[in-house]
Amino acid sequence: MRRRPNHLAGFGSLIWLFVVGLPLYVMLVATFQSRADYAANGPLGLPERFTLDNYVNDLSDGFAQYFLNTVIVTVCVVGIVLLLVPPLAYAIVRSDGKATGRVFRLFLLGLAIPSQAVIVPMFYLINEAGLYDNLIGVILPTAAFAMPVCTLILSGVMRDITSELYEAMTVDGASSWRIFRQLVMPLSKSGLSTVIVFSALQAWNGFLFPLVLTQSSENKVITMGLYDFQTEHGVDMPGLLAAVVLSMLPILLVYLFARRALVQGLMGVGGK
Amino acid sequence: MTTATAPAVDSEKTRRRATRPGRAAGTGVSRPGFVWAAPAAVFFGLFAIVPLLLVVVLSFTSWNGLGSPEFAGLDNWSKLLDDPVMLKSLWLSLLLTVLGVVVQTPISILLGVWAAGHQRNRAVLSAIYFVPLLLSITAVSVLWRAVLDPNFGVPSQARWLFGDGNLFGVQAGAIGVLVFVSTWQFTPLHTLIYQGAARAIPQVLYQAAQIDGAGRFRQFFHITLPQLRNSIVTSMVLMVVGGLTTFDTVLILTQGGPGTDTTNSAYYMYQKAFKSFEFGTASAIALLLVLVASFVSLVMVRLTGYDKMRSTMEGV
Repeated sequence: MRRRPNHLAGFGSLIWLFVVGLPLYVMLVATFQSRADYAANGPLGLPERFTLDNYVNDLSDGFAQYFLNTVIVTVCVVGIVLLLVPPLAYAIVRSDGKATGRVFRLFLLGLAIPSQAVIVPMFYLINEAGLYDNLIGVILPTAAFAMPVCTLILSGVMRDITSELYEAMTVDGASSWRIFRQLVMPLSKSGLSTVIVFSALQAWNGFLFPLVLTQSSENKVITMGLYDFQTEHGVDMPGLLAAVVLSMLPILLVYLFARRALVQGLMGVGGK
Repeated sequence: MTTATAPAVDSEKTRRRATRPGRAAGTGVSRPGFVWAAPAAVFFGLFAIVPLLLVVVLSFTSWNGLGSPEFAGLDNWSKLLDDPVMLKSLWLSLLLTVLGVVVQTPISILLGVWAAGHQRNRAVLSAIYFVPLLLSITAVSVLWRAVLDPNFGVPSQARWLFGDGNLFGVQAGAIGVLVFVSTWQFTPLHTLIYQGAARAIPQVLYQAAQIDGAGRFRQFFHITLPQLRNSIVTSMVLMVVGGLTTFDTVLILTQGGPGTDTTNSAYYMYQKAFKSFEFGTASAIALLLVLVASFVSLVMVRLTGYDKMRSTMEGV
């Protein structure tokens, strides 16, 4: 059955496109102008002279270092999650012990804990552990707070593996470890990529833990770099916005090439 | 949210339980033991559960960040009850949350239902709509702070719309900015929830309605909206929890100002802890916030009967 086009909805969708696009346009255009040109043209004006100076200046003013720090944090968080969550999800789905059930409920409870709520005790613990102003001190809590959603995603995927497959492997005399390696992991690939993307996003975009657990500029991650740039030289709009673009670049690249995994990873955020 | 059920325990109990990952000789199905869950459990316990318990303990202590916390009984709590800024901050948290729900829900339902259709350009537009959700809250807040800057931003060029242009100087303007920026960033998430749910509505319902002569608006209000009920609850619970704990946007966009006019509870907690170094008081605020957020989401889930219809929920 063919429906006639809904012009009202079409119009509404264009308005939203404008709302979403306007700040992104202002941002991009501003970053390619010098400060003086930006002041003269205004945020909505068209640029006359194209320059990459803002990006170059940002990178030499520390953003290269912040970028590297953020990469380190992200890689480590993803590593920890990949090391701990798959065995946990496997145990949750396949174990018949009571203890595993309790662990799973603990993680469900974890879904409901906002990171803001634990920031004071986290500051206390990280200080006591001597990890204040150390990237490790950011990595550990960030990984822990990414785990509940990852566990839900992965155990959901693993639950779809039929018990016939497990039984077939058992008949062959396979141990839990071999089942995990040869059956569970290969069949959980889609879940694993979602988990990787979700935890990487959490780490890359994380702000609260770095804000209260780090201090010095050699341990700054990129979100902290943005925040400090804004509070220190907030009037340098093109420089500031170029830094914003730099912070988004890797995510936008992933979005271009791995959209599906990214969208699913973000729906994981929704589960939070 | 997909599989929030108790772990599946196979009906057929195995005779032999594999306590170590390595061995499960003989007939029984090899099952992973607790060892497989232990590392994750220990790690998560240490960095999430222990802090949560510690926040309760710290809320009964006095600690300035140096030395060790000292027991202070109910001091923090009685101080908070008398603190006008605290009460105001709770009220502001609720206001921001309610405004967020009221503004975001209609927009994301409409966009979600639209995106579930098959129009031309739909895929391209959806891909663009999605971009704000990819960005960090920090980047989005810094971006909007720059775009709305009274001197260098869009308001300086659009006086007809923004008046004197300083949105951040008055309470209504500052609250408006906070609600708007959250809407800009999080609408795609809720749109996605509604899009999935709208796709799952059986086409037969619309065909039947069309035969009965129901127009587009009646179809929307009598078929689409009722069918989206579960998703509306899911999306609202997310909005409420997110709204009550809004922090980054407040810190970057308004710093709680003008005055304390946008100091919500999460921001007040941060100020108490890391600006005035009253970590005990801050812990009490944090605990209060967790309690309020859990209470509100529980009430929402109960009132809507959502807990009883989990099985009909489309995979969100």
